[in-house]
Amino acid sequence: MAKTNPHVDVVMIGLGWTSSIMGMELTDEGLNVLALERGPDQDTVPDFAYPKMADELTYGVRYQLMQRPAKSTLTVRHGVRDTAVPYRSLGSFLPGNGVGGAGTHWNGHTWRPQPNELRLKSYVEENFGADIIPEEMTIQDYGVSYDELEPHFDRFEKVAGIAGKAGNLNGEIQEGGNPFEGWRSSEYPLPPMKRTLNDTMFEEVAKSQGLNPFPLPAANASEAYTNPYGMQLAPCNYCGFCERYGCLNYSKSSPQTCVLGALKQRDNFAYRANCEVMKVNLASDGKTATGVTYIDENGDEVIQPADLVIMGAYSLHNVHLLLLSGIGKPYDPISGEGVVGKNYAYQMNGGSTLYFKDKQFNPFIGAGANGETLNDFGVEQIDFAEAGFIGGSYFNAAMTNGQPIRNMPLPKGAPSWGAEWKQAVQETYGHTMTIGSHGSNMAYRDCYLDLDPTYTDDHGRPLMRMTFNWKDNDVRMTQFMKQKIDTLSKALRPDDYKLSFKDFDSRYDVRPYQTTHNVGGAIMGTDPKSSVLNRYLQSWDVHNVFVMGASAFPQNLQYNPTGLVGGLTYWAAKAIREQYLPNPGPLVQA
Amino acid sequence: MTYRVWFTTLLGCGLASVTGAVMAAEGQRGADPSQVERGAYLARAGDCVACHTAEGGKPFAGGLEIDSPFGTIVSTNITPDPEAGIGNYTREQFADALREGERADGANLYPAMPYPSYAKLSDEDIDALYAYFMQGVEPVAEQPAESDVSFPFNQRWGISLWNWLFADAEAFEPASGQSEQLARGAYLVQGLGHCGSCHTPRGLLFQEKALDDSDEAYLSGETLGGWWAPSLRGGGEGDAGLQGWSADDIVEYLATGRNDHDAVVGEMTSVVANSTSHLTNDDLQAIAAYLKSLPRQSRDDENRQSETTPAQTEQMLTAADVDGKPGARLYLDNCNACHFANGEGAAKVFPSLVGNELVNADDPTGLVHVILAGARLPSTPGKPEALAMPDFGWRLSDDEAAQLATFVRGAWGNHGDAVSAEQVAEVRETLPEDRETSAPDFEK
Repeated sequence: MAKTNPHVDVVMIGLGWTSSIMGMELTDEGLNVLALERGPDQDTVPDFAYPKMADELTYGVRYQLMQRPAKSTLTVRHGVRDTAVPYRSLGSFLPGNGVGGAGTHWNGHTWRPQPNELRLKSYVEENFGADIIPEEMTIQDYGVSYDELEPHFDRFEKVAGIAGKAGNLNGEIQEGGNPFEGWRSSEYPLPPMKRTLNDTMFEEVAKSQGLNPFPLPAANASEAYTNPYGMQLAPCNYCGFCERYGCLNYSKSSPQTCVLGALKQRDNFAYRANCEVMKVNLASDGKTATGVTYIDENGDEVIQPADLVIMGAYSLHNVHLLLLSGIGKPYDPISGEGVVGKNYAYQMNGGSTLYFKDKQFNPFIGAGANGETLNDFGVEQIDFAEAGFIGGSYFNAAMTNGQPIRNMPLPKGAPSWGAEWKQAVQETYGHTMTIGSHGSNMAYRDCYLDLDPTYTDDHGRPLMRMTFNWKDNDVRMTQFMKQKIDTLSKALRPDDYKLSFKDFDSRYDVRPYQTTHNVGGAIMGTDPKSSVLNRYLQSWDVHNVFVMGASAFPQNLQYNPTGLVGGLTYWAAKAIREQYLPNPGPLVQA
Repeated sequence: MTYRVWFTTLLGCGLASVTGAVMAAEGQRGADPSQVERGAYLARAGDCVACHTAEGGKPFAGGLEIDSPFGTIVSTNITPDPEAGIGNYTREQFADALREGERADGANLYPAMPYPSYAKLSDEDIDALYAYFMQGVEPVAEQPAESDVSFPFNQRWGISLWNWLFADAEAFEPASGQSEQLARGAYLVQGLGHCGSCHTPRGLLFQEKALDDSDEAYLSGETLGGWWAPSLRGGGEGDAGLQGWSADDIVEYLATGRNDHDAVVGEMTSVVANSTSHLTNDDLQAIAAYLKSLPRQSRDDENRQSETTPAQTEQMLTAADVDGKPGARLYLDNCNACHFANGEGAAKVFPSLVGNELVNADDPTGLVHVILAGARLPSTPGKPEALAMPDFGWRLSDDEAAQLATFVRGAWGNHGDAVSAEQVAEVRETLPEDRETSAPDFEK
């Protein structure tokens, strides 16, 4: 028999970036807010403390901060006729676990989308004609505009203390920034990070090719910083332990360093770690949620009544919980009807590794978002009709770390063990830099999420099933980028270089790490027939459920998602505070 | 144990519960709410809660245990419960306890209760505090354990003589020509703030050598439980200690526990958390102005410079020129990530070690304690992040910690003496078993 807790005004599922922000916003309204986090509680000290965090084997290889597949995973297949099998060993993507979520173990690349990425379908139709959209491609508009989100991007960047250089201040193009970005109302709160050798080399070669390089917008503090909540960041010391690690130095923007200390001070906020939500409970008419059911740290089932449910879990888990809770109609790829699980998308990346015999890059001096980038081949810069694809990428010469186990690029033909391998390591370590392309991934009719018919988790619930594969449009996009990066690589005159890009025979492989930018499945939009959420991230079907995170993206951006996730969260919070709370009900009439 | 009250050798504890005949305080029931609120603010300024609340206990219900060589002191219940607390005190009995250290039954309080300072309180503030303790505090019917104090320190009558010698029961009067702000600052520092309890040197009979600025010993620094409570005198020529801080730096430190120079550690952490971070900006500015008005006499050791200049140390660390310099190598491997090669840390985040009072203190106990056990800033209204330094005691041997402390005390022109492994071992002995640790758990 489940225990029932006292009622709260708001229950939030997960305690990462989105719930931290939403917690601040809704406690500002005087509401009683409770966050339920399935993983452990964790903070900079003692959990990420120096020197134990600089342990590549524990955190980088054995994924100490990530979810355990034995506890939580999904099944994966390439096509609707295949049988999915469980993702038993983490590889391709790494969902986080514990307070702070993925916001603790990210690198910190913090971008805003280009304005037309938020209205991609309309943009393509207006500029190139609807007929260039392949039949199976199901791209959509977000239903919210860049101009509407701008103040919220600005807010998130100030809370997170982003280091960068503006390229477009209120429409005026700025020297040294990204000339292709949407307008910003203010400069970044912190100046760019210090430049490393790879940065200056890439900057020079890009300029020589007539391109427009600029520093990567970084959630790694370039200076000591105090944010609008009074939370503080310390100057990054370029230790090179960002991605897969919690920051040991208070330098990486995270829920812990940017929000939680302020939130925990509030009497009307509480959180419980090691509490995993099983489902959102619905009233008998199915039109409102009554709260959630969760398993507490002792393994007991608990019912938590609440007036408002904020889903702030990892994007894949948000979708899973919607499917398990019966909120919204599950998507069917055959009929094309239903919405929950629709438009799962990923990220199309590639890169070049360049070897220079006579250059020493000192890669151990690195940071997650240390890099020089360019956006000349962005979504808004490409003529889709001429190029033969829809999409775009940014290029990034980054020096994130020199960790010895995984960051050991070797020349072609070097053996992978033995004395000759040692010799190759000695000759090569520190002599390579990379140029990456980080690109969009469109949505397709048969790339989606649903419940697996066979496999269940340790609570007996069906696992979620991912159906996904690479499509020709996106391969054409990345092959286009390959040529551009080949040209840049040659111009840098390395002693050797190798390119690694998806090709037309590439199939999605869950084993090598690619990116943890899993998006879609609970997409936002303008029509309940084609989206799960309205433009305020509110469920069309159950008005007191709001779903945060990248699960709302109808297709993936060319960029890393966190900047848009943060902006959308503040946007949704404003709608809840100003419109929903005075008059609870659907904020958009279908 | 904590060094919650450093002058534990005197062994006393606040207001004892009342057992004699008492008068009901009828007249004060139903006091003006704004008066209660003002009293709550003044109780913050006096930091009553720090001593009169056990760890994890109910506010003002007493029960905080303080170890001392003479026995265990247990603070008393000062909630308005008529049996366990002070609910039966009249306004006059309350005033006598605060200002004269006299219990309702006529017995003397031990001068751990800072009544020599509270003697400065105005009648209006006594009224407000009384209103708050009678009306604004939740009564708690819990009787803390008796203090277990050995002879002769348990003889309260002897305190009368001490009081006659050292306690000055005059209310605060502004000096002639003193500005309103300085007078307010002096009143808060000398009175409720009782800053001198820790920061003024004590005499042979543990009396504060001065209770106000008529004597230059006032607030000139004292060692308590091995920790250096630095001089608060920030005026005069020079840049030692608070002389190098602006009034705004002092305000920021008191409001948030951190500023461009330093971060709070040790016993002052709870003072910032419970008291000063809740004071108004005007009051903090007044305190800062007053401290900046007190000329500082430099001490001999402050004029001594180590052989290395800040630039030399920075250059040596930047070049990693540490062969044969084990302390410097330990600094690079353990401290440099945050405090950097220039030793200056980062403004408001990581304290500067250069010229730092705790680093350079005669007694290295405080520095060694921080190295071994780490430290955590309080979460304050203005700066909510409880920034922490992890503990290094699990990772450094006594010898290594001594080499590291010796290096830091001699680097960047610092002037502290060498630290021995024996000194580290002594501090290690005092660390609580259940302290927070960042040691890796390889079983996980």
